[in-house]
This record gives sequence, C-alpha cells and structure tokens, in this order.
Amino acid sequence: MTTTAEAARPAPGPAADEGLARRLRALACTAPLHDLDNRKANLAGEYAVYGMAEVALAAIDLVTLHMDFDTGADRDQVLARLLPRVAAQAPEREWREHERVSKWVLESLINVGSVDRGFRAVYGTFGSDGSYVRRDYDFKLIEEVPGPDGGVYLRTTDEAVNVLVGALDTDVTSAQIAAEVKLEVLIRRGRLADAQLAAEQARYRTVQYSELLRRALEATRRNVRAVDWMEAVPDLIAEALEHIADRYRHENAILTNIRKARDESEDVEHKRRAAELVDIVKDCIRRHTQLQTRLLEAGPLFRAEQDRQAFAAPSARSGLDLYGQLLAPVLPLPLEQASAVTTAFFRKGIGLRTPYSVRLTDLVDVLLTPPVEREHLGAELPEPDLISTPDDSRFSDEQLEAALGLLDLPADAPRRLSGLLAEARRVDPDLPYLVALLAVHAASPGVGTAYRQGEERLLFAVDDGTRLHDDEFGGADLIVGSALLDAVGMAADRTEAS
Amino acid sequence: MIDDDYDAPSAGETASRPAPITPADVADASRLVSFGLQPKLLPARDAEYAELIRRYRDDPSFARLADAVATGLGLIVLEVSARAGMAVAADEESVFAVRMGEYSRRAASESTDRFLHGLAHLAVAALAFPRPEDLADDGYLGRITVNGVDAFVRQACRKLEQQADETGDNSDPVSDAPGLEAAWRVYARRSATGATKDARRLAGSTIGIVGKAVSFLVDSGFLQKTSDDSGGTYRTTARYQLQVRDMAGGAAMAELLALGVVPVSDGSATLLPPDDSDDLVTDAGLPFHSV
Repeated sequence: MTTTAEAARPAPGPAADEGLARRLRALACTAPLHDLDNRKANLAGEYAVYGMAEVALAAIDLVTLHMDFDTGADRDQVLARLLPRVAAQAPEREWREHERVSKWVLESLINVGSVDRGFRAVYGTFGSDGSYVRRDYDFKLIEEVPGPDGGVYLRTTDEAVNVLVGALDTDVTSAQIAAEVKLEVLIRRGRLADAQLAAEQARYRTVQYSELLRRALEATRRNVRAVDWMEAVPDLIAEALEHIADRYRHENAILTNIRKARDESEDVEHKRRAAELVDIVKDCIRRHTQLQTRLLEAGPLFRAEQDRQAFAAPSARSGLDLYGQLLAPVLPLPLEQASAVTTAFFRKGIGLRTPYSVRLTDLVDVLLTPPVEREHLGAELPEPDLISTPDDSRFSDEQLEAALGLLDLPADAPRRLSGLLAEARRVDPDLPYLVALLAVHAASPGVGTAYRQGEERLLFAVDDGTRLHDDEFGGADLIVGSALLDAVGMAADRTEAS
Repeated sequence: MIDDDYDAPSAGETASRPAPITPADVADASRLVSFGLQPKLLPARDAEYAELIRRYRDDPSFARLADAVATGLGLIVLEVSARAGMAVAADEESVFAVRMGEYSRRAASESTDRFLHGLAHLAVAALAFPRPEDLADDGYLGRITVNGVDAFVRQACRKLEQQADETGDNSDPVSDAPGLEAAWRVYARRSATGATKDARRLAGSTIGIVGKAVSFLVDSGFLQKTSDDSGGTYRTTARYQLQVRDMAGGAAMAELLALGVVPVSDGSATLLPPDDSDDLVTDAGLPFHSV
C-alpha cells in the first residue's frame, strides 16, 4: 500500500508538497493581473495600447497608500489618481475612454461580477494518504469595506500587498526598525532614490500596524471580559504609545535631515525626490497622530463598559451563552451541518408575520371606488379675529418727530449733547429722554448697513472726554453730528460689484 | 377546536365559579391575541391592550381562555406582561410562520446563502446578548450595529483561519464538495460590502445580509432603530430577548447536540483574551478565542 502511494507521488515528501501549494497560491494571486491583459481584447473597442497589468499594480499601490486608519481609500480619489497613468499610455485617446479603462481595471480587481467579489483558483495536492485532492483557494485583491459615513471604501488585502511589494508578511515591529535604520543611512549618504523606496516601505508597515490596532480596539468595545484589561491591553497601549513617541523622534529627525538635503541640493532631481520624501514622512507622522488619539480613547471606553457590564447585580437565572455555546462551535463545522443549526435558529428566532387575506368583495369595492377628488385649494381658512392692542409706547409720534427734528443737524455743524438736551427740555420735559436715547444709539452707528441701504446721511455721536453736567443724565457730553454718505458713488460700486 | 378544549374545564368551573364564560369573554381573549399579533404595539401605548393584559394576569380563567385561542391559532405564548405585551411566537406549522423562501429567494435555492442568512440572525442575537447574564436579565437592553455584527463574525472567522494556519495542514477546501467546506470560510470569502449603481446596500454582501436580518427583526418588533450610525444602530426589545431565550436558542442548541457537538460551559466568559504566547502579528486581530 505504502509503496504504491510513494510511487504515485512525484514529490519526495509532504513538506515539498506544502511548499508547492504555497507557491501555487502565490502564483494564483498574480493571475487576475495577467488575466486583465488577456481579457482586454474582449472589450468593445481598441484597448490593446493599454498595459492593463501596469494600471492594476498602480491601482493596488494607490489603494494601499490611501488606506486610512478608520476607513479605506476613497474610490473616486483612487480613480482620479489613476487617470494620469492611463492617459499617459494613450495620450491621443479621449479622457472618457481613459476613465472607462481605469474603472474597468478597478472593478476587475474587485471582481464585481461574482457574488463573493473575490477570486478562486483551483490547485491539486497529495493528501497524507497519498490521494490526489483538488482544492479551492479563495482570495481577494481589493476589498470593499464600509466607512463610518455609510459609504463604501477600498482596502487592499494582504495577498495584494504581497503581490505588490512582496515579503511583507513579516513581523511588523522588527521590519519597521530595519526600514528606519536603512532610511537614515541612505539619507545620510544622499541616496535619495533608495531612501524614497525605503520610506515608502516604512509607510506600508505603518499602515499595517495601525490596521492591527484598529481591529484590536474595535474588539475591546464589544465585551470587557473578552479582553485582558489587567495586563494585555494596558501593555499593548503602553507599547503602542512608546512606539509612537519613538517614531515621532525618529521621523522628526529624518524630516530635518531630508529638509537639509532638499535645501542644500543643487540637483533638480535630488530636490524633487527630497520634497517627495518630506511628504511621505509627514504622512507617516499624521498617521501616528491618528493612532495616538485612538489610544487615548481606550481607557475611558473601558471604564464605561466596565460600569455597564461588570458592576450589575448577577442574575439568578443562567442564560445560554450564545457566542460560546452556539456561534463559536458552529463556525468550524462543515457548511451542511452548520446550516442545519443556523436554519433552526432562523426558523424560531425570526418572529411572525400576519398573512394578508383579501375578501373578493372587498377587492372589487376597492378597485371600483373612484379616487377621492382632492379640493384643489384645500379647506377655506377662517377669517382671523384681530383685536387692536392698546398703544403703550413710552413716546408719542409727535415726540419722536420733535426729537428727530432736533437731531436733524447740518453736516458741518455738530452740537454737544448738553445743548440738545436743554433745547429739548424747553419743548417738552419728557423729550430729553428720547433725545438722549437716540444720541447714545448713534454712538456706534451702523455705517455698513446705512451704506448698503443707500442712506444719504447718518447720525453719529462721539465722546471726546468732556463730562455731561445735567440734572437728569450722567456720562459723557457727546458730540452729535450728521455725516453725509456718498450714496451715488455707493450705488455705482454696488452695480459694479454685482 | 377551542370549544373542544374548553368545554370540559369551563363546565367544571361553573360549579365553583359564579361567572361562566360568555361569548364576550372569548371575544376579549381573541382581541388580546390579536394585539399580540401586532408585535410593535405596546400595552403602554394602548389603554385597551393594557386593560386586557391586566385581566389576563388577574383572572386565571380568562388567561386560560386567551392561551387556548393562541394555541388554536398555532401560536406559542412566551410571556404576558406589561413590558412585552402578549408575546407570542409562531408554531412552525402555523400560518404566521415565516419560511426561508419568503424571506429570501436566493436563500431558498443556494445552500451558502441559506447558511449566511441564518448565521446573520444568530450573530445579531449573540452580539445583542454577549454574555449569558444579558440573556437571562429581563432588564437588559442590547445594542447592536449592522457593521458591528459583520466585524464581529469576521473577527471570529479570522481567528479560525489563523488557527488553521497554525496547525500547518492545508486547509483550503476540497473542490466539488461544497457541503464539506468549513462554515467560516463561506462567510470570510463573501465580500463585506460593495458599491452598487444606485447607492443601495449590495444584497449579497455580508453587511447586506445582516442589514436584511436586522430590518426584518425591526418589523417583527424585536429591534428598534436608534440611529443610522455604523450602518444602522438598534436596541433590543423585551420580545426579542424572550424569543431568543425561549425559542431560538434552544432549537439551535438541540440541533447542535443532535450533530454530536456538545459545547461545555462552566459559566465563565467564552470570549477570552489571547494567551501570552500570542505575539502581536499581522491579522492576529484578537481577542476572540473560541471554546
């Protein structure tokens, strides 16, 4: 039995087969990219000029770089940034076509047509008993994720990142340190082209690191007991904060270095690369700030959840542990068995619906009833009953007229408030109050409003420090005058402006 | 049928009780059941409903009459109280029961979709009542979001994927045997969301499936929408707790036991933190370790 099995196996052992499977899977990840160039012939139109695989790699690149801490990359932004590259491939074609091509590439990378929106590759391996088994390998390159605003954003998967830069599937922290050291050395030596590559790689890792923390923090929100708040999470937060502090120091140092390189360099190409590097490092710093905000929120969140969950009085009844006893055991089961459990839950847990039942006679009535004609103007409005309110004004219209007449001063002859008050008092003992009120109101005239309304003159009052000596009023003896406004010129200005 | 059931006891009771059951009592009992069939209606909002609930609790013969009406209609009475109203669940054979095919046409024909729709309902319940105490505590109000439910299941799937990787076996499913594929793979493979031409949710995506489950539960009077945040934020009602605790949980559990899977619980938390040996590596996700 064993001899026949061994004879049937071309590979010397299970380890080699395992390696083969891994390579087959890696190969499968690139297949969608090759496929693009093969399929472009099927598109209606002449698309042979476009290098589709190149556009696809650029798209993966763009999505990876624009993935944010909270969401993913914005689809429209990615398309917009992809456009110049597509346009460069066929500058004589119209932009509509370029747009179509970039959209087609992006949708192909998501694989919009399939229900899973992913790819599947089939490969074969030998099982432990020597039998040959075909297996399905499912993967995605760009996936669509929900954003906090309800929109759909794009994220690249790990498979895509591997296709893009390769060998990124390593320990984040150590790789980060290595990239940093490399970057510093390269900048010091002035090899900016290499430094840019290293900085970009460092940024990929930063993105990965924040992605990891995003998931972790999201999980702590669900169940306090799910997370070890005695050691694990505080350690994690401390580690992350230390990491951020460390990165700040490093990146600021790098920033200073590149800025120096940028400003001192004579070479235009050097200058440009240095400027790009500055942008990349700034982006890294921005991402760290985001990360830090998240970390600061973690503590209060824990305390609030702790209050809610842990300090409540324990219930006498014991409930069913829906996650531990149902959901968790169901997920590893084969689909057929798992489906039996979930379907049972579905049937009993969905609630009831009252069935519609229609009597034929009702139906006939409903169908034959003419639609209710609506009154075009609606119901008649009742005539409102108006009651005149008693006139309780402090001053009469005559008084106001008299006061305004007093204040109707010629433009070149302003007067003191004391004089105006004395004159008012001679006419009517109540009038000084109104005059004083109007004068105080004029202390800060609405010049802008008067200007806009096209007023020709404006009452103003100015305090020059003289005190008012009066029996009834105190304060400053204002100088009250009229200012002429250039109404015609203003009107002309307005028409010009509009 | 009601008559058959109730002639005998009522005849017996007339001897000891002065008030015999009248057609008016039957009408009231049926009225109470009809209130129970409107799951969004609450006794606090309707004086007649509240009065009938009070009568049900105070008058045992009326209570039995109402129970009988419900049983005759193919309904199971879960609880009659001021907070939940007359909470009734549909018997599987009754006209009030919802069938998978009515719920989703795709689910009736596709085995993967049938599973995903069922799992969505289970996950909503699991997240609405994350701890056994929450399910047992009558005063507990669960809160869920559509995106949260999806993320929660994905995390559990990711954990399983990691475990599969750790064991070193090739865990890619065998071709042409879809029923044998591990359930979590089906969920993990399906895209979470997707852009559509008319800016609606992609019905086949997992968020679309969870969203459908949640809006169906709202119509069943099990959830109430509180805001549009995170794909829709909802809180549970007393009825949902009863339905999950007394109906769905047990049914699913029985099915699971019939498969020979016996989840053992000692009452401690099952959503455990990762052990110390787990280093922070990409995709570790944390912290859902299954039992």
